[in-house]
Amino acid sequence: MINRECGVFKTTYQADMALYTVPLARITVWAFLAFFVFVLPFVVDTQRLVWANLVGIHLIAALGLNILVGLCGQISVGHAAFMAVGGYTAAIMTSRADVPFWVGLVAGGVFASVYGLLVGLPSVRIKGFYLAFATLAAQFITEWTITHVKWIGGGFQASIIVPRPSLGPLTIDTEREKYYLILALVIVAVVVALNIARSRLGRAFVAIRDRDVAAELIGVDIARYKLLAFMISSFYAGVAGALWVYYLGNANIEAFRIVESISFLAMIIIGGLGSVLGTIYGTAFVVLLPFVLEEILQVFKGVIPVADIHSFVAYLRFAVYGGLIVFFLMVEPEGFNRLWRNVKDYFRVWPFPY
Amino acid sequence: MDFFLSLLVKGLILGAIYGLVALGFVIIYKATSVINFAVGELMMFAAFLAVAMTAIYGLPLAAGIGITLALMVLFGFVLERGVLRPMIGRPVVGMIMATLGLGIFLRGFVSITWGVQTRNIDLLLPTKPLQLGNISVGAVDLAGLGIALFLAAAFAYLFQRSRMGMALRAVADDQQAAMAMGIRVSTVFAVSWTLAGVTAVAGGLIWGAKIGVDQYLALLGLKVFPAAILGGLDSLAGALIGGLVIGVTENLAAGYLDPHVGGGLKDFVPFVLMLVVLMVRPYGLFGREIIERV
Repeated sequence: MINRECGVFKTTYQADMALYTVPLARITVWAFLAFFVFVLPFVVDTQRLVWANLVGIHLIAALGLNILVGLCGQISVGHAAFMAVGGYTAAIMTSRADVPFWVGLVAGGVFASVYGLLVGLPSVRIKGFYLAFATLAAQFITEWTITHVKWIGGGFQASIIVPRPSLGPLTIDTEREKYYLILALVIVAVVVALNIARSRLGRAFVAIRDRDVAAELIGVDIARYKLLAFMISSFYAGVAGALWVYYLGNANIEAFRIVESISFLAMIIIGGLGSVLGTIYGTAFVVLLPFVLEEILQVFKGVIPVADIHSFVAYLRFAVYGGLIVFFLMVEPEGFNRLWRNVKDYFRVWPFPY
Repeated sequence: MDFFLSLLVKGLILGAIYGLVALGFVIIYKATSVINFAVGELMMFAAFLAVAMTAIYGLPLAAGIGITLALMVLFGFVLERGVLRPMIGRPVVGMIMATLGLGIFLRGFVSITWGVQTRNIDLLLPTKPLQLGNISVGAVDLAGLGIALFLAAAFAYLFQRSRMGMALRAVADDQQAAMAMGIRVSTVFAVSWTLAGVTAVAGGLIWGAKIGVDQYLALLGLKVFPAAILGGLDSLAGALIGGLVIGVTENLAAGYLDPHVGGGLKDFVPFVLMLVVLMVRPYGLFGREIIERV
């Protein structure tokens, strides 16, 4: 992560696959964990904690998309649709059948992954941008179904009110309690994502991404693994969607529009395709961008001739964010992760020249 | 029967506009193998430029359209050089993302520059609908149909008969072979973006005059994908026919089935159709099937 890998020369496959490249890395990871558990929620105010929670929820979904797009190379422009399926499953189950929230969470993931399997079916036949079109169609069909089928969406422009989640006697109500819930799930999501990448499954995904025909020739069952990638990725999305719904306290289609799908793609691309660490950077960047922009503009309140900063930020955010996507793709297509590696490589043997 | 005919005619007119914008999409894909997800936003941008020229700076309509055309052609050129050419040889997802990012940027940009209120383009056409038998059709619709057919014919002529058109077809067929035959591929790329700019202006003006110019104009771009996929991504005739089929289908579905399902089928049926085409015949009606070898 942040450790210098000075003197690390990998000579075995085990070393290459290791989660901790240097012994110190283990301590760093625990230190970060301790920071997020014991320090962060107590030093920042509620507003900032909201930011952290938003990053956490989006991170879970983005990690899923990273497995599908970054590892397996299957493009999905419909990730928010999977989130919607998970979110609405959880919302309907908790509000109408009164199931406990963790059942809703898991059910959201399971339903979304079944839906992902369905949406992923075209990937067996088509790939590249044809698949992008298919997932785009799935996104619109999902949006339409939710807004037009009364049983699911509650009618035109309606939202389903979801009761506060509770674990046994404990109701998760305050921002800090939500933070711990989200943090716990994020940790699980990150650990699983890291391990998928270095398992047999992850290697099969990468083989399909790099050259699908060649992967098939060396014995990777591409149909199976592509569908598996869709299922895993939508499971992540479904859990994130359910979490999102519990966090907001209601389920509304506006939270799962095509714009969200695109911003998930932006997160993993700005962060660096295929890298878990990059996904974390990218998600934090994309989620926090509008807030930070607004704070900056508030400082220059009198200077800029804009009447309503809040709505101005809404448009400026689009322009900045679209511009940044294009900028990153042109200048550093491997994203933040690569930038960070460059910095680390520079300091590898610092202060010695080599 | 009148109801059916009216739906059919309106669907054809709608489809002609889809087909027109799809032409721009297909030309770019054919020549440069770039999938332009920002096709709707480009159209919206063109419409906003035209509004700015005529309504805000007070130019006469013809001059405004002329300047808009010139600016869009320039913009397409800059876009190709600056943004999309560096993407060649990169993973497909990068290219898709670049055009999506461009679309988001343009949406933000027009809102900041020209505000969010809906503006009108006055194309100086009669407002009274024309009567064709028992069907009434707006003058804007007829103009749209006319322009779409005219541009399609012009492109067909250009591609089949002119020297540049032959170069365009050659590059679409095989870039390396075209280069070896002395065709300047970079010029061909620029020309194809220019043509796409022209279709964006035409589509933006017609659609903008029909529904008003604001953010929602870009949504038309979404219907272009089903049209292009149905016709085959690399077929010009296919784009037009695909557009017509999508327009008629969505209009008929909306007319007959909307009352039973609660509306909104216009935004549903084209995508279902697209999914079916992708599953059954991914290269569309007239597209070329690509066979891949290791």
